[in-house]
Amino acid sequence: MRPGTFSKLAILGTLLLVLAVVPLVLPSPFHLRVATLVWINATAALGLALLIGLAGQVSLGHAGFMGIGAYATALGPKHLGLDPLSSMALGIFAAALLALLVGRPILRLKGHYLAVATLGLGILVHLVIVSEVPVTGGPDGIQLPHVELLGRRVTGPELWYWITGTGVVLAAWLALNLEDSSTGRALRALHDSEIAASVVGVDVARHKLVVFVIAAVYAALAGGLFALFNRFVTPDVAGFLRSIELVTMVVIGGMGSILGAVVGAALLTVLPQALTVFHEYEHAVLGLLIVLFMVFLRQGIVPGLAGRVVRRRSA
Amino acid sequence: MAEFVQLLFAGLTTGAVYALVALGFTLIFQASEVVNFAQGEFVMLGGMVTVFAYNAGVPLPLAALLAVVVAAATGTLLHSLAIAPAKGATVVTLIIVTIGASILIRGLAQIIFDKQFHALPAFSGDEPLRVFGAAILPQSLWVLGGSGTIVLGLWLFMERTLLGKAVRATAANRLAAELVGIDTRLVLTLAFAVSAAIGAVGGILVTPITLTSYAVGTLLALKGFAAAMLGGIGNPVGAVVGGLVLGLLEAFAAGWISSTYKDGVAFLVILLVLFALPQGLLGRAAVGRV
Amino acid sequence: MSLLEARGLSIAFGGVRALEQVGFTVDRGEVLAIIGPNGAGKTTLFNVVTGLYRAHGGEVRLDGRDVTGLPPHALAARGLARTFQNLEIFFRMSALENVMVGRHLKERRRLGAELLGLPSVLRENRESRARSRDLLAFVGLEERADEPATGLPYGALKRLEIARALACEPRILMLDEPAAGCNPVETEEIDRLIAAIARQGVAVVLVEHDMRLVMRISDRVLVLDQGRRLAEGTPSQVRSDPRVIDAYLGRHGVAAAHAA
Ligand SMILES: Nc1ncnc2c1ncn2[C@@H]1O[C@H](COP(=O)(O)OP(=O)(O)OP(=O)(O)O)[C@@H](O)[C@H]1O
Ligand SMILES: [Mg+2]
Repeated sequence: MRPGTFSKLAILGTLLLVLAVVPLVLPSPFHLRVATLVWINATAALGLALLIGLAGQVSLGHAGFMGIGAYATALGPKHLGLDPLSSMALGIFAAALLALLVGRPILRLKGHYLAVATLGLGILVHLVIVSEVPVTGGPDGIQLPHVELLGRRVTGPELWYWITGTGVVLAAWLALNLEDSSTGRALRALHDSEIAASVVGVDVARHKLVVFVIAAVYAALAGGLFALFNRFVTPDVAGFLRSIELVTMVVIGGMGSILGAVVGAALLTVLPQALTVFHEYEHAVLGLLIVLFMVFLRQGIVPGLAGRVVRRRSA
Repeated sequence: MAEFVQLLFAGLTTGAVYALVALGFTLIFQASEVVNFAQGEFVMLGGMVTVFAYNAGVPLPLAALLAVVVAAATGTLLHSLAIAPAKGATVVTLIIVTIGASILIRGLAQIIFDKQFHALPAFSGDEPLRVFGAAILPQSLWVLGGSGTIVLGLWLFMERTLLGKAVRATAANRLAAELVGIDTRLVLTLAFAVSAAIGAVGGILVTPITLTSYAVGTLLALKGFAAAMLGGIGNPVGAVVGGLVLGLLEAFAAGWISSTYKDGVAFLVILLVLFALPQGLLGRAAVGRV
Repeated sequence: MSLLEARGLSIAFGGVRALEQVGFTVDRGEVLAIIGPNGAGKTTLFNVVTGLYRAHGGEVRLDGRDVTGLPPHALAARGLARTFQNLEIFFRMSALENVMVGRHLKERRRLGAELLGLPSVLRENRESRARSRDLLAFVGLEERADEPATGLPYGALKRLEIARALACEPRILMLDEPAAGCNPVETEEIDRLIAAIARQGVAVVLVEHDMRLVMRISDRVLVLDQGRRLAEGTPSQVRSDPRVIDAYLGRHGVAAAHAA
């Protein structure tokens, strides 16, 4: 077991426990809506945690994939006469395809070059969404119909809480399984030394591509869920700031920690809601908190705190 | 012809500002290996502080000086309060720190100043000059001349002064620089202060043309970053070339193709360039050594 | 036809001609040592042969088939494994996991099954873990299997790299200064390891500055100097070759070489 991580069962158990307890403690529709947003963001963050934390590849444009998922879900019913669910599936497929196509040349890049290339990709997606007004509705955003399943409307904060909550647990389960597999080990290996990984037979380019596509699928799924739940999307889902928020969730929670990605998502989703009471000071406080967290809990919340507990016990 | 010249000047003018931002990136990157996403906020501070001081009755040159000082002080604080304590953190963590700092600076600017757009009077009138039938704003010449002067000054500083050599030594090898007695912490602080001042000057020069607000920093930082990478990061000549190339591409794309995707040009180009040349235009390909 | 054959390899970095027309062959169970002064091009030769650098001229043949320019992972799949002079360890992993990565090519990877954590994947994990523990035992690191690699001393990391390379079940093992920085006891240990590996039929190519070790275990020795082949022959031929003594061994080296 790696330092700062917990066993698969402990992590899934914790998640399930939180999932079950939140509606008991905070049953108001407002709180359930915020919690739903946490689960959605956590899904996207989990994919990014695999990409950044496990494989060590940065993406500063991941909201682009989230945007593709969200907008496909919104546009399918409007322009193609599809139902929202199949539109979402199509969106996830589109995101995976884009990741597959641009992944190889992009992932040849290292460090800051990779950062700027992914940044550019995200910004281009965002720009297309903002600019193609007749198709996307432009900056004003676009409305979605209700989802119908078996002839019944899928609606209400409680139901969406459970749908997205189940989604995040599944997403975490898959991610944990991947970590503990040949592919997962290869990804962690190339994070440390691409050269050493390649000479033991790891096809580095292929593995980076695989994890990039997985991360894109997670983000597109999160985007689709967001569109269905919110029934309204604006280009902000694909924006640069959203990309940065996603990376911050992963880093603040603790790079390479599955639980960390969820904790980071919770923090960065709840915090802005809580900060609205500061009105004018909202942004300043958010920026300050990000800097403080990164300076004082550099390993991230989950590994940082776990490390502290372990040290205290052995002291 | 007239249109070409018009676009050329428009491109060079924005390109000069990108070049200054990219130069600021490069300076900090060389000294500390940190990519400072708060670089755009210095440009914003340059414009906003000048505007508010000027509107409060301070003469323009003095207001501009004040803005440069404020930006340089902010750069110094950024280094000592956020970057230095995060020493040894990973690339991603440092990126987040500087982005957090930029959100903080923007948030403070929004409180201290306001959310409106602001203008400054052009330094030497609004009467356009006629060049080959194109109308060139005198302020464009100020931007070009000012940026050129800064680039030249920085070059002289780096090549001719002891302090400049200390900066280059620190960039080349921090440990070795420390061993020969260079105060690398001072050098780093200096790099942050100087690159903030450079950004601020860019903001002051360009505000009469483009207006400014508390939020202009983000896009500038992204494009300056793209310009720096286009030139090959850590290469000052590359930064200036990258900035000018980006500015020109944007101007001509907007003029000849479509202005809708003007802001995308920079990123499309950088993707294509990096696909072909993974080290940027002027970067050297190093063989990974084992 | 030799198992591995390099012919006329050349490469330059800027003005430095790191290799000029260098070649060698090695066969099953054989130990070939490559020696020479610092900067002679030994590591560069390894890097070219294992596909990390692309040669400007020359060719590499495996089983008589041209493999020049294949990427490292493709060469690994054909049975080539190596260690690194300056350690390339997966520092975020435990010692055991480092070796498990070496099992990469022996594991069947089906992404779907891995994501679902199917029993077949778990079985394979167990197998890899068991094999890797055996290999750690073989290099004398079984006690430290579950420690993070960051905590291991230098000598242990050298052996960890050998275990990782062996996990590939290679036909050719290339060791770049496996005994550098090791104390006499550890060097003895590595000596024993290499002999055992060669006995199993693996072709070993060894770069080493420890002349005692080289002379004791190699079948043939290739001497490089400034990117060129200076001499080649049995240990006894090489250590009495005046050009080799002049360029590399010196008087002290000769003493060490004869002491073996
Ligand atoms: N990636 C590289 N870039 C530039 N020069 C290189 C590179 N790799 C090797 N060289 C040069 O090639 C020459 C041979 O280096 P190499 O590392 O192969 O020597 P070596 O025989 O392994 O020496 P040592 O005994 O010190 O390990 C040296 O001059 C070295 O500086
Ligand atoms: Mg060497």
